[in-house]
Order: sequence, then C-alpha cells, then structure tokens
Amino acid sequence: MREITYLEAVREAMCQEMRVNPDVFIMGEDIGVYGGAFGVTRGMIEEFGPERVRNTPISEAAIAGAAVGAAMTGMRPIVEIQFSDFITIATDQIVNQAAKTRYMFGGKGKVPMVLRTPSGSGTGAAAQHSQSLEAWMAHIPGLKVIQPSTAYDAKGLLKAAIDDDNPVIFYEHKLLYRTKGHVPEEPYSLPIGKADIKRQGTDVTIVATAIMVHKALQAAVELEKEGISVEVVDPRTLVPLDIETIVASVKKTGRVVVVHEAVKRGGFGGEIASLIAESEAFDYLDAPIRRLGGKAVPIPYNPILEKAAIPQEQDIIDAVKETVFRR
Amino acid sequence: MITNLSVPPMITEAKLVELFHQMWLIRFFDEKVDEFFAKGMIHGTTHLCVGQEASAAGACAVLEERDKITSTHRGHGHCIAKGADVNRMMAELFGRETGYCRGKGGSMHIADVEKGNLGANGIVGGGIPIAVGSALTSKMKNLGYVTLCFFGDGASNEGSFHEAINLAAVWNLPVVFICENNQYGMSGPVKEMVKIANIADRAAAYGIPGHVVDGNDIFAMMNVTYEAVQRARNGEGPTLIEAKTYRWKGHSKSDAKKYRTREEEMEWRNNRDPIARMKQVLLAAGILSEEEAARIEAKARQEIEEAVLFAESSPMPSLAILEEDVYA
Repeated sequence: MREITYLEAVREAMCQEMRVNPDVFIMGEDIGVYGGAFGVTRGMIEEFGPERVRNTPISEAAIAGAAVGAAMTGMRPIVEIQFSDFITIATDQIVNQAAKTRYMFGGKGKVPMVLRTPSGSGTGAAAQHSQSLEAWMAHIPGLKVIQPSTAYDAKGLLKAAIDDDNPVIFYEHKLLYRTKGHVPEEPYSLPIGKADIKRQGTDVTIVATAIMVHKALQAAVELEKEGISVEVVDPRTLVPLDIETIVASVKKTGRVVVVHEAVKRGGFGGEIASLIAESEAFDYLDAPIRRLGGKAVPIPYNPILEKAAIPQEQDIIDAVKETVFRR
Repeated sequence: MITNLSVPPMITEAKLVELFHQMWLIRFFDEKVDEFFAKGMIHGTTHLCVGQEASAAGACAVLEERDKITSTHRGHGHCIAKGADVNRMMAELFGRETGYCRGKGGSMHIADVEKGNLGANGIVGGGIPIAVGSALTSKMKNLGYVTLCFFGDGASNEGSFHEAINLAAVWNLPVVFICENNQYGMSGPVKEMVKIANIADRAAAYGIPGHVVDGNDIFAMMNVTYEAVQRARNGEGPTLIEAKTYRWKGHSKSDAKKYRTREEEMEWRNNRDPIARMKQVLLAAGILSEEEAARIEAKARQEIEEAVLFAESSPMPSLAILEEDVYA
C-alpha cells in the first residue's frame, strides 16, 4: 500500500468528501491560496474554488458561529481553526451553541460540523500556540472529540467526522503532520468511539493519545529489550471513549500507564484512570494506575524547556518500570 | 390595497389587522408570564419584551415563509411573530412535554426550526454568527431565503457582533441585522456603554447600509425591514437596522430598576406605546373600528388564557428523556 503523510491523509479525506457531497465545504484563516498555516488545504482552492474553500477574516467566533448556522440549515461545514489555542476565541460558539443546540431545542435540528485544529507543542511556538486543550472539549456534552495519531486513522476518522450529524472537534498534532503511514487511496471510514491496539503486549498497558502513541511505541521497543511486553492502546476518540477495549487490556496485563501531552492536572488521563478504577479491571490491577502528562506550566519557548514540559520516551520507560517492578 | 398608508406591497388590510392582533398576543403572553413568575408558578428566569412588540411584529411581517430568524434571550415576541404556537410556547415555560423543547429549553431557548426560527439564545450576541451561517447556506445552495438576526444594544458591544457583521459584509450574505435598542443592557444605559448616538452608524465601519428607525412604529419597522430584505434577497448584501425602543419591564424577573426613573418609564408607556400607536393609525385609516379593536384585544387575551390551560394540563416530561438528544 502507498505511504502518505498524516497531513496528506487529512487533505485527502476532505477532498474526497467534497467531491461527492456538495454540502461539504471548508472555511478558515489563510486556507485559500496560502494553503493553511501548515499547508493542509494546499491545492484545495484550486480544485474547489473560493465558494467552497472559504478564506475568512481573522474572526474565530464568526467562523465557528457561521459553521453552526450553516450546519443547522443544511450544510456540512469543516472549519479550520489555525491553532487549537485559538479555540478560546470561538468557545462560545462551540460550547454554548454547537454542543447544546439540539438538546436545548428538545431534539430538533442538528449541527453536523467538523472543527479541525492543530494542537500540541514541539514547534517552538511557545505558550499561545502549543497547547493541548482537548480535555476542555471532552468535558462538554454534545461534542465529539477525536485525536488521531496516524495517517491511516486521520483519514478514516475525518471521513467519519464529516459524515457525523454532530459537532466534532478534530485535533491534529502538528508534529504528526509530516509522519508517514500506509493509507488506502479509496475513501474509508473508521468508527468514532473505537480504540485501536497499536501494539500487543502482556505485561503492561500504556493508554496513549496523539503523539504520545508514538513515544509509547518507541518506549515499548526499548522495554522489550529488557523483557517487558507492552501493549499500547490508542483511544483515538476521547468522546465517545472506547473504555471496553482499555478495560480488557488492563484485565489482561494487570498494570497500566496513561500518558498524554496535555497538562496532567485536569487532563483526560484522569478520566481514563478513574474509569479503569471504577471498572471490573480494578480487581486485576497489580499496581496503582500511573498517569503521565504535561507539567503544569505554559509551554516555554526554549527547546530544552519545551521538551521537559511534556512526557518523553524516557519518562514513559521509567513509569512502566516503576509499575512493573512494584511489589 | 391600501392607498392612504405607506406600507410594503405584501401588507394588506387583513395583514394589518392580523399584526394588531399579534402585538396584543405578544403583550398578553409576556404579561401573563410576568404574573406567573411573580406568583412563583414557573421557575427559572425570563426576559420580557412588553413595549417592544412592534419591532418583532413589524420586522417579521415582511418575511416569507422560507425566511429565517435568530432571536435573543428576550425572544418571545420574535417567536410569536415568526408564527410560533403560543400554546406550545407557554407549555415550554411550564417545562412540559408539549413545549417547543419538551421542557428542556425554557424561556431562553425556544426554537422552531421547521418554521425558520433558529432559536432564542441565552448568550448575548450568540445568535449573530449563527444568522450569518444560515445566510451562508442560503447563498451557497441558492435557496433565496433571507435571515433576520435580532439582537440588542448590549450585544452590539460583543466581539461576535463585529466579527459576524464584517463576515456577512465581505461575503455579501442575505442577512438583515436588527438591533433592538431598548436603551439598557441589563442595567447599563446605552449612553454609558456606546459613545456614538446611533448603533446603526456602526454599519459604516463594515461598508453596509445602516438605518435608525422608530422601533415603536410598526409601519416604519415594516418599511425599513422590507427594503433591507429586498436588498438581501437581490444579492446586495446585509443591512444594519437599529430599532429604538424600550422595555417596560425590568431586565429579568429580579430587577428593582434602580438605574432608570419612573418618569422615563411612564413617558414611554403613555406616549410611545407601539400598540396604541398602531391602533390610532388603523382607526384613522378606517381599517378598524373601536369595537373591532376591542374585540381583537379580547380575543388575544382569551388565546393566552387558553395557552395557560393547555400548558397546565400538559404532562411533565418523562425522566427517560433526560439523556436523550445530546447527540443526533
């Protein structure tokens, strides 16, 4: 199978949907001839024209709100928010409008929209362009939250998101854009709410999201050399969360480390850890659940500090060993 | 055909009589709600539009069935003017299963998507970008409908107003922005919160027409809205209309109204009552007699009494619906 990048997979999912469904369109800042801040929409305005690839003013509230209104009246908008940090400016429209409209109206109307946005640190863009704020969105009933970690998952989950009748927040990790993976050329859809076991193992489960999936897989290779068999579970979607797959894995291994880039305090890892503790897997645990997350600091500029602010491969290795060798 | 009054072409004598009735319906609805809140018969909060009937009724009078509106926290009048059933509205305020939102929305979230009412909104300025999105659909699908976007003077200081109106302007979308300037954003006098005399002047900043209109004159409301709707429908883009009006009641149910004088209130009630003014015109034009006017008023009052009976006799929603409809 051919290999393409995560970024190309995102673009391909959008283009394939736009070719078959005239209701699908995209709007956002600099997504026209510029091709988007990260180049995700490059070439799209040339194919689909400015009516369907709508370059907007720098107005996140209006972009998100216009998507809500367009979705309510029959379109299926995709919004690109240039950096996920800028969701703050669009939050009313996402949290108070998109998420609640259907419920507030007693089940009438629907808001089929996708808000795609790059998140995460590692680019040296510092505190206002590097956050991982997915727990905020995961907290809001009415939203679905997706965090693909591979090109294959990105394409299949984005198609599913566009086809979904609900508002979906789709987090793309900036450092994953250039990673490559095997991706079928034809359109395909992955179920929203189905975790993926990225590596099978028997001694310990690592539940990792987004870029931490890759760090966990690297850690697993190192740990294998020391005779520790690691299973890596990628939830892929936080809402809905496939807790069954996570629980089944923990029941098998008896040990679990949950890791994400987002600040640990109040991070989604706390939710995953709690669900494991509340589940039947509790009786199978041979060690306390471990959580790894970002330090409670704004992401700093200096690359050494920036790296130290979030879990790295070695942190995962250490946490796994502490879990495995705990008596 | 009306010859002695200046009205938009689709406004017949029968329509004027209907609008007179509709304004009474709006007033009696909100007065009844006020009474029930005072008595503690319904819970939560509510925002009443008594005194502002003409801006809702006049603006919606020139719409076609396919046109859409977005409304505000003070939205009962907009709902009624867009054709909502007062029985189901009252049932919603009573939290009943038969309400527009099955008792899940309450006063601030009544919507009637099928009738083109995209909803009231509990967030000041929250509906403005949504109206722009609705207009975008109309343009992209070439559907020909226009979206009327109601908001207040307070919302015109929200970022969403400026962002959305600019977006609508640069994309030339079929949307009409109607700012109901009722002089106060909760307790904040518009004179203290805005440094220009007319909010409509802000239209200039976005390169679109802006009009100030007497929001308590239903005829002026119809004419200025009609012109803006025509422009929008013809692909000429958005318009900002500022309707100067006044809310007779407080901001919400708990408001001692310390920020304004009783004299000011009486001036608006006694001399600028939109219903009394319309009645005067209809009598002078020979469209209504005093008896007919009284009959229409009584009919509206009776309809609200029936709405209360409908609401009171409607079932409470089942607990089973609590977790329904979070997702489509």
